[in-house]
Amino acid sequence: MVLPPFQTLLDSYSHDVHRFLVANVGATDADDCYQETWIAALRGYPKLQHATNLRGWLLTIASRKAIDVHRARGRGPVAVAELPEEGVVVARENADDLWTAVAALPTKQRAAVALRFLLDAEYPTVAATMGISEAAARRNVHEGLKRLREEHGHEWTA
Amino acid sequence: MSGPPDLTEAFERSGLIDVSYVVEDSPVGRLLLAATGDGLVCLHYVDQDGDLELSLEQLAARLSPRVLLAPRRLDAPRRELDEFFGGSRRDFDLPLDYSLVKPGFTRRVLEQTARIPFGETVSYKGIAGRAGNDRAFRAAGTALGSNPLPIVVPCHRVLHAGGGLGGYTGGLDIKRKLLTIEGVLPEQLAGRG
Repeated sequence: MVLPPFQTLLDSYSHDVHRFLVANVGATDADDCYQETWIAALRGYPKLQHATNLRGWLLTIASRKAIDVHRARGRGPVAVAELPEEGVVVARENADDLWTAVAALPTKQRAAVALRFLLDAEYPTVAATMGISEAAARRNVHEGLKRLREEHGHEWTA
Repeated sequence: MSGPPDLTEAFERSGLIDVSYVVEDSPVGRLLLAATGDGLVCLHYVDQDGDLELSLEQLAARLSPRVLLAPRRLDAPRRELDEFFGGSRRDFDLPLDYSLVKPGFTRRVLEQTARIPFGETVSYKGIAGRAGNDRAFRAAGTALGSNPLPIVVPCHRVLHAGGGLGGYTGGLDIKRKLLTIEGVLPEQLAGRG
C-alpha cells in the first residue's frame, strides 16, 4: 500500500477541511480545530490502510475535533455571538451568514448538512464520515434543512 | 470566509515530519532538497514538469509518507549551497542520510566520491578502486548515476580517464557548469554544447 506524500493531502484538501470546520464550529474556533485536525492526521497517516478516500478520512478527523469543541463548550447553539444584529432573516443575503445559520443547528444535523452541501458529499460519504447509517445521514440532512427553512427561510432541497 | 491558516510552523514544531523538503532555485536549475532527522537525504534536479511530484512520491514510498514542505528544516543545506555557488564555500559540512543508497559497493563508491576535494577529479576506474574493486568501473558509473545527493556528494568530479566528461544525472550541461565553478574547466567552455 503506497500512500501519497502528506503534502499533497494538504495541498488538495486544506480548503475543504477549513470550510467544513468554519461551518461546524464557527470562524473563531475553526483555526485551532483546523490545526488539531491536521496534526492528528499527520500523526496517524503512516498507519492508514487505504488511500482510496483520503478526503473522507480527513473530514472524519475534522468531525471528531468539531465534536470535541462542542463538548468543551457544553450544549447549546454555536456562533450565536457572531450573528449580525439585524438577525438571521437578513442572513440569507450572504453565503457566509448562511453558514452561520448552519452552525447553529444541532451537532449531527450541522455535520450532515455541511458535508452534503458545503463539500458536495454523496450520502454514503456523509454516512461514512459521520460513522452513522446512510438512512440516518439522510434523516439528519432532512431535519437540518427543515429547521433552516422554518427558522431562517433558507430554501434548500436534499 | 477567510482561507485556511498556514500550518508550516505547527508541523515543524510537532516533531511528526519524517521527511522535510524545500524547492530552491539555483544556478544549475530548480533543486528539491529533502532531509530526515539523520540529515540531508536527497537533492534532486526538478526542472521538468512532473519531476517534483515523482521525487516526492518516491520519498513517500521509500522513506515515509509523512513528507511535508518545511523550509526551515533545510536552512543549513540551503545556506551551504548558496555559499558554494557564491564562491565562498568549497566543502560541505552537512550530516548526510544514505538511506536512499543501495548498501555495499554503491554506497562505498558514493562515500569515496564524497571525499574528492573541490577542484580535483578522479576517473571512473579510480573511484572503483577506492571503493575496493578497480575493475568495476562500469558498476561505479551506475552507482554514481544513482547518486541521490549530487553536488554535495560530488559525482561531477568523476570523469573518463581520457578526459571525457562521462555522464551526469542532471545532464552534462550541469556537470560542465559545476566543473567550471571549481576551475576544472576553463570559463569559456562553460556555455558550449
